[in-house]
Amino acid sequence: MSFPWAEEYKPKHPFMRWMDEKLPLPRLVWGAVGGGYPVPRNLNYMWNFGVLAGLALTLQIVTGIIMAMHYQPGGATAFNSVEHIMRDVNQGWFLRYAHANGASMFFIVTYLHIFRGLYYGSYKAPREMVWMLGLVIFLLMMATAFMGYVLPWGQMSFWGAKVITGLFGAIPLVGEPIQHWLLGGYAPDEPTLTRFFSLHYLLPFVIAGVIVLHIWALHIPGSNNPTGVDVKSPQDTVPFHPYYTAKDGFGVGIFFLVFAALIFLAPNLFGHADNYVEANPLSTPAHIVPEWYFWPFYAILRAFTVDFILPAKLWGVLAMFGSILLLFFLPWIDKSPVRSGRYRPTFRVFFWILVLDVLVLGYCGGSPAEEPFVMISQIATAYYFLHFLVILPLLSMFEKTLPLPNSIAESVLGSDKAGEAAPASAA
Amino acid sequence: MAALEQSELHDAHADDGVRRRDFLNLAAVSFAGIGGVALLYPLINQMNPSADVLALAQIDVDLSAIEPGQAIKTIWRKQPVFIRNLTPREIAEANAVDVSTLRDPQTLAERTKPGKMNWLITMGVCTHLGCVPLGAGEGEPRGPYGGYFCPCHGSAYDTAARIRTGPAPLNLEVPDYEFTSDTAVRIG
Repeated sequence: MSFPWAEEYKPKHPFMRWMDEKLPLPRLVWGAVGGGYPVPRNLNYMWNFGVLAGLALTLQIVTGIIMAMHYQPGGATAFNSVEHIMRDVNQGWFLRYAHANGASMFFIVTYLHIFRGLYYGSYKAPREMVWMLGLVIFLLMMATAFMGYVLPWGQMSFWGAKVITGLFGAIPLVGEPIQHWLLGGYAPDEPTLTRFFSLHYLLPFVIAGVIVLHIWALHIPGSNNPTGVDVKSPQDTVPFHPYYTAKDGFGVGIFFLVFAALIFLAPNLFGHADNYVEANPLSTPAHIVPEWYFWPFYAILRAFTVDFILPAKLWGVLAMFGSILLLFFLPWIDKSPVRSGRYRPTFRVFFWILVLDVLVLGYCGGSPAEEPFVMISQIATAYYFLHFLVILPLLSMFEKTLPLPNSIAESVLGSDKAGEAAPASAA
Repeated sequence: MAALEQSELHDAHADDGVRRRDFLNLAAVSFAGIGGVALLYPLINQMNPSADVLALAQIDVDLSAIEPGQAIKTIWRKQPVFIRNLTPREIAEANAVDVSTLRDPQTLAERTKPGKMNWLITMGVCTHLGCVPLGAGEGEPRGPYGGYFCPCHGSAYDTAARIRTGPAPLNLEVPDYEFTSDTAVRIG
């Protein structure tokens, strides 16, 4: 599906014509990321992060498959085989640092991608399915990242596995059996490692599958854009190739610069020294924290300290999962007909307060569970839910939005020139 | 946008007919291409033997208990090595062969160390497809030429472990080794 003015795929070479009859793969590529996919002409660099997330997943799969050639899950072998990768395998240090920091890069670009969607209203109709599939990908990413972090079998791995599976222990009645079922025992051990390794290998391919659905669903209405105004005419679009292949290519270059700086200059920046100590079931590290990308959720988990009808432990778990599940309803919570934050002056302020709130949650989640961080987490958690459950519905009722441009072309060229400029696709 | 297109047109009229954009395209794509190829190196090289495997690439063997006529099998780089103490009759048999008639012409002297012609040290890996030939163990058949015999595809080696009949193309390989004393060798 595309706009009616999408340029049709017309293979010139006889071989390509032959190929097009038998297996129209080049046609698919042409229509998905080639000259046959018209894209709003005004996308800014915030629209790079979907491609970058796909790139990060690809790099994780490549480095991950390679490390699976050298890694041995098992209570006695896991930690040593990771050291074997670091010290003995040719360029193993590079591959492991690329994989560990690749996870951070994946989350960085994904968070930017999500906040881009929040700011420009990309979750609204007709893109609700794109948004919800994206959340499914996000949940799968978190499960994958968590299980991957357990595999090196350091102290943080072990206690992370214990604490996170302990979340399920908060479920009334069946909690403890579920926790034992997840771990394959009473505490994380060899059965945990072998099943986590198997699933950690599987889930990235499930993610890849959901990404296909995500892109499929996206390509039906086409990309949103910074104005949030629908595409109306050929003047509003340019072909994906070469315009956005080049723009994404530039983003890829920046991505690799940051990634290389992490791998080669600060490979353990996001890591924890405790994870270079082999798992010890008899000693918990003084300060256990998850990886940075879980910190906001970890802060929400710890924000509940008093039993209120339900036990505090259960409240924490419910709030943590609720903070993400809530986002599935966002397309219906935010009823404002204007998509882009560019034309929603009040929404825009609250958007940045939400960003700040999540950053504060993140900071608290990475800090020890003591005052003042507990109280700050509680306030920030309350605000997080307030934003989605109260502020957004009220905004969609009372906010006075700015006038929208008549078209994307007009917003780019000004109203006097929009009529005369030829569509760039002719160039 | 219109102004930009005009300036590109202007560029196209430069003397050599090459636009700045052509150069930028070429430079950007080549840079990415070279980076991609460079990235392949660690992805491929990681499958080569790792440092701990290479560290096992040298072994010391004590020969003092091997009587003339006896052979032992040992393991080097996870592969069998045959160490045989040849009898004077076996040495004479090996030296009696006209080297020019051999498939892989080599004398026994070339396959042993000077003054140690009785110590025949070879890989226990048939040069055909890698099976372990028989003949080093007690009571194993030694084939029609009295050396080693590979049961997989019938290659027969003589008392200097040279290929005589069967499909194998080369003599059993002699690994790098040196005598560290009269009764000890270091292989690798």
